[in-house]
Amino acid sequence: MPRTSPLRRTLVCAALTAVLLAGAVAGLALGSARIPVGEVLAALTGRSGPSPFTTIVLDVRLPRVLLAAVVGAGLALVGTVLQALVRNPVADPYLLGISSGASTGAALVVVFGIGAVSMPAGAFAGAMAALLVVYAMARRGGTMTTGRLVLAGVAVQYVLSALTSLVLVTSSEKEHLRTLLFWTLGGLGQARWDTLALPALVLLAGLVLLLALARPLDLLLAGEEGATTLGLDVGRFRAAAFVLASLVTAVLVTVSGSIGFVGLMVPHAARMVVGAAHRALLPVAALGGAAFLVLADLAARTVAAPQEIPVGVLTALTGGPFFLWLLRRSQRGEGVWA
Amino acid sequence: MTRACALRAEEVSYEVEQGRALIKEVTLQARPGETVGIVGPNGSGKTTLLRCVYGTLRPTRGRILLDGDDGAALSAKARARKVAVVPQDGGGGFGLTARQVVAMGRSPHKRFWEGDTARDAAQVAEALERAGAAPLATRPFESLSGGERQRILVARALVQDPGLLALDEPTNHLDVRYQWELLTLVRDLPATGLLALHDLNLAAYFCDRLHVLDAGRTVASGPPAEVLTEELLARVYGVRAEVRVHPRTGAPTVVYLPPDLEDVHR
Repeated sequence: MPRTSPLRRTLVCAALTAVLLAGAVAGLALGSARIPVGEVLAALTGRSGPSPFTTIVLDVRLPRVLLAAVVGAGLALVGTVLQALVRNPVADPYLLGISSGASTGAALVVVFGIGAVSMPAGAFAGAMAALLVVYAMARRGGTMTTGRLVLAGVAVQYVLSALTSLVLVTSSEKEHLRTLLFWTLGGLGQARWDTLALPALVLLAGLVLLLALARPLDLLLAGEEGATTLGLDVGRFRAAAFVLASLVTAVLVTVSGSIGFVGLMVPHAARMVVGAAHRALLPVAALGGAAFLVLADLAARTVAAPQEIPVGVLTALTGGPFFLWLLRRSQRGEGVWA
Repeated sequence: MTRACALRAEEVSYEVEQGRALIKEVTLQARPGETVGIVGPNGSGKTTLLRCVYGTLRPTRGRILLDGDDGAALSAKARARKVAVVPQDGGGGFGLTARQVVAMGRSPHKRFWEGDTARDAAQVAEALERAGAAPLATRPFESLSGGERQRILVARALVQDPGLLALDEPTNHLDVRYQWELLTLVRDLPATGLLALHDLNLAAYFCDRLHVLDAGRTVASGPPAEVLTEELLARVYGVRAEVRVHPRTGAPTVVYLPPDLEDVHR
């Protein structure tokens, strides 16, 4: 079956949905206390009375599983968009320092309480600033090479992480040290029903908007000049896409810290399966990201139980080697677009 | 089919920094449906002139008129509906199939959220056929050779349904047969054609008029038989050549001569 066939896309989406649902049920059943799947389903459908199981499933694990799905899908979407914007598969909100920018912005708001600025707004400003700096640095002299893009991302990431540490460590409040650890390592341990609404809303709006923008995203693959001659106002579209990517990243970072490499690996895998056209790529990447992070979080909670591993550590352990492999291929000039 | 576009470049200059001009006061005209060739040595400004025409460079002086409208005032989309481009260097379509790259050519005729319809798909298939690229349709674009990419980009320009088709060195990667097929296709399109060409014999045969650039300035402009002279080739390219009208094609034909070849009487 050709990679671009609609039937194949539908089958892939169905398969990923099945994996996501199975992962979610496992995520609800497994953990410090094992809950039989029957009890889980009973709790979900409201057929069980008030019991400790019901409380664990509905108030502790369900928001966490949902947050994992939302964050995973969001990171994969942002990664897909960034890769189209820089025309390079070595792009990810974490690697390009956008997550660090969001952390720094959020940290400044938390510690200094700047006026009426909320934490997500601070995170958004930080993310946007980081993205603009990395983009400008990587593009100096006209063409953007993989090497320069990665160096710019890493440099900005270091400076911003240091700034975040400085701000939070020198603060007199003890609580801020925990916040620092959370943002740096990335985790889903703070999931609660009331922190879920904003990221879910932003993800949904982002997905709808991006699907509508599938055509201009495809045009970006033709390069700046190509896209212009095909009728795209590249400057304006890029600015809009930067704002959208920064916004989604910022909201995700405020609820889950910096979880790296999901936005790198998932879009790449999705492209291998359904091709690079965004109308097919975006939904597959979103579903894949959701399924991946739900499973990764399940592993984070169970492999070293009762100790919990921050999920960002797990994604880095799998994503780092993948990143090196991708870099090697891109330096050999092999087709890195799958 | 879109109506052929009238092109007029009025004293167009493009300066990269104070005083250094890549093209200087170039005036050029193409009537609707004409095929006009831009020739000149490397670095003479052919690509820069084309870029000014299709709008990825904005002239620092002078203006480009498309059907009488100032090109600089058109939106990217309005311009893309009028002018299609076959770039010199593959552009790209990373990870897309050849057919998907061709389908991008429908974009200027669509709202950005619109998908491709069955009619678009039919146009894409027809363009692939005309460009001799139908067997390539499902291949990944980046797996294609230079010449194959060229044909895909020609098909992309065809589905754009332009009034003016701009081609930058379109025959570069092509073997002789495809050079002829491509240029025949371009000449026979109702659209106005503007081509930067290296091969003077192809230019002489396929173009209604030639525009010769040297160091960014116009040095000659007119029908090939008037423009392509032995004297001009010596002055602009620094080569010795013999130009004759070929008895069967009726087009001027250039034969290059070694500088040390002895003169013979004609």
